[in-house]
Amino acid sequence: MTLVHPTLERTTERPARRQTRRAGARSPYPTWFFVPAGVFYLALFVVPTGASFWFALTRWDLYSAEFIGLDNFQQFFREPALVKGFVNTFVYAFLTSGAKVVLGLALAVLLTSQIIARGWLRSVVFFPVLVSTIGVGVMFKVLLDPFDGAVNTVLSWVGVTGPGWLTDPSLALFSVAMVDVWKGVGLATLIYIAGLVAIPQEYYEAARVDGASAWQNFRSITLPLVRPATVTVVLLSLIGGLRSFDLIWTMTRGGPGFSSDVIGSVIYKQYQAGFYGLSTAGNVVLFVVIAVIIFPLSRWLNRKEVPL
Amino acid sequence: MNRTRPLTAGAAAVAAALALTACGGSGDGGGEGTSLSVYIDSSPASVALWDGLKDAYAEENPDVTIEVETHPAGSEGDNLIKTRLATGEMNDLFWYNSGSLFQALNPDQNLVPLGDEDWVDSIDDNFTTVVSTDTDLYGAPVGASFAGAVIYNKTIYADLGLEVPTTWDEYMANNQAIKDAGLVAVAQTYGDTWTSQVPVLGDFYNVEAADPGWAEAYTQGERKYADQPALAGFEHLQEVFDGGFVNEDFASAVYDDAVKMLAEGEAAHYPMLTGNVASSVGENYPDAADDLGVFPLPSSESDDNGLTVWMPNGMYIPKSTEGAQLDAAKEFVAWLVTPDSCAVQAETTDVGGPFVVDGCDLPDDVPALVSDMQPYFDSGDTGLALEFLSPIKGPALEQITVEVGSGIRSAEDGAALYDEDVVKQAQQLGLDW
Repeated sequence: MTLVHPTLERTTERPARRQTRRAGARSPYPTWFFVPAGVFYLALFVVPTGASFWFALTRWDLYSAEFIGLDNFQQFFREPALVKGFVNTFVYAFLTSGAKVVLGLALAVLLTSQIIARGWLRSVVFFPVLVSTIGVGVMFKVLLDPFDGAVNTVLSWVGVTGPGWLTDPSLALFSVAMVDVWKGVGLATLIYIAGLVAIPQEYYEAARVDGASAWQNFRSITLPLVRPATVTVVLLSLIGGLRSFDLIWTMTRGGPGFSSDVIGSVIYKQYQAGFYGLSTAGNVVLFVVIAVIIFPLSRWLNRKEVPL
Repeated sequence: MNRTRPLTAGAAAVAAALALTACGGSGDGGGEGTSLSVYIDSSPASVALWDGLKDAYAEENPDVTIEVETHPAGSEGDNLIKTRLATGEMNDLFWYNSGSLFQALNPDQNLVPLGDEDWVDSIDDNFTTVVSTDTDLYGAPVGASFAGAVIYNKTIYADLGLEVPTTWDEYMANNQAIKDAGLVAVAQTYGDTWTSQVPVLGDFYNVEAADPGWAEAYTQGERKYADQPALAGFEHLQEVFDGGFVNEDFASAVYDDAVKMLAEGEAAHYPMLTGNVASSVGENYPDAADDLGVFPLPSSESDDNGLTVWMPNGMYIPKSTEGAQLDAAKEFVAWLVTPDSCAVQAETTDVGGPFVVDGCDLPDDVPALVSDMQPYFDSGDTGLALEFLSPIKGPALEQITVEVGSGIRSAEDGAALYDEDVVKQAQQLGLDW
């Protein structure tokens, strides 16, 4: 959870600050109205973020902190599980993000068309988003048990021997990613539905007059015009995927061995072991990595928005 | 240096927030009697043990009330203990590991020294060293010692005409015979990753026997797991997997599954801690108590077998306990190391080994699991586990042993990776490797 704050805070902070400065000139409220919020923001976000940059440079055991320069960063990059963790993080983030875009759009197109029980189907798709991640993780861990799990039991009825979804080192990460998509696709669908509904019907009517096929409609009208929704889905799911931790920790604890370790779980294990300075250095690295990926991506995606 | 100012302010703000939310641990007691709060882990055996101790103490000292508060076991508990000590919010007393985990609590700064108490002389030297720093002694033993060894099913051994192995080759031959009989030779439970470390940690007697002083040299960075004799533990793990001796569901099975397989005669061997097995068998399979025996993890070098022994948890008093509370706490600790207290402990839990207090004997009706260990203690063929001899323990050992034990990584690679892993611990301790 601690992983979340620096990044989220940074991403929301910038536009907010710009706005307040701009609004400050004309605002009917006196500046001290901002003081209560400012105090909380300072005490709960700015100070801890600054403190974490300091503690990342120390040998810290909660009782005392001794300055050791960049040793923690050096040690963090020597971490044997780190390369695996980084690769897994990217694989996981891009896989879940991509799957959510494709499935979310497909489901949204289906759920905005004239089908029976549309309202009911929409809520069914959205339902997993409402369930707690830990609950989902525990449930799927039981379902995916290689011997008594429901999934492999059903497969055995049709004569298929199911694999060890979470115990096979080459499968574990993908099984968790699959569950992540199941849980998160509802939100992507919701965003896409909003995007699709916002496309004016006139375009489709005009296309119909010109004799466009359904595929041409989708390719030339729907896809370009839902771009803002796509940008939102990509950004949200990519950020979520890069800092993914809770689902992986509940389902595999990064295992078997290190085969489904992501950066978040590598850092958490260091924290558990009492290497507080080292894990703080890991969080600083994670913060920088996410920022380096997301800022340019967000710029680039938003610049290419199609004006309506 | 200017930078540290706002940081301390921030830390103070955080500490204040913690203080607001933390539930007051230490009860003041008020006028009538004293109330002492004890912080323990939440495993069922620990809770049962402390319920028994609490009631027994209340009978003898009606004006002192003991309150027990629990925390999760494992690393989550470690963090809670450290946080409470760091913020001065620790209960009046707490019950926690001895050895390297105790050393990580910064005892000289956080705990009340107990070296001058009267009971110290009645404690086994093995224990006093693992709750002491260079300055003083800080803990009293509560609970019994236990071993990391192979738990085996005696009925299977009798049926197949097998003998307790004294060398690694004999052990592997037994495994083959058991496998040929259609049974699981070695139960492994990587669903609970911590269980995978026992074959390596429990082999430590053999390491120290082959190379006396290994632990000390290891702390200095002069010995490595990638070299013999320590590498043998990893190699054995791999050999057991390569031989196909493990249960089919080793990757997802959990600790309880293995105890069940052993007790019901489906599996013959399980490398495990005797304390844990004694209490699970006592709770769930009392009929199997005489069916299960223990032998040390055999060595591939020699047939001098010996048990790798773990010391019980210690009882500690944090510096935040003061005045009348401190006196009452010290009195309670003194009672905990009396034969009366040991009798209660033996009654409420199924101990997995001898006590470390003079005058505390095991009851006559101990299960075979424990009586099998006694000869090794009598002849002195026991050695402490590495965690009591060296502060160096890498956090990733259990992941690495899962990999080696599941054929994902070779023994040599695994041992070398673990040597990398412990460098972090050395750095945290400020050792210059």
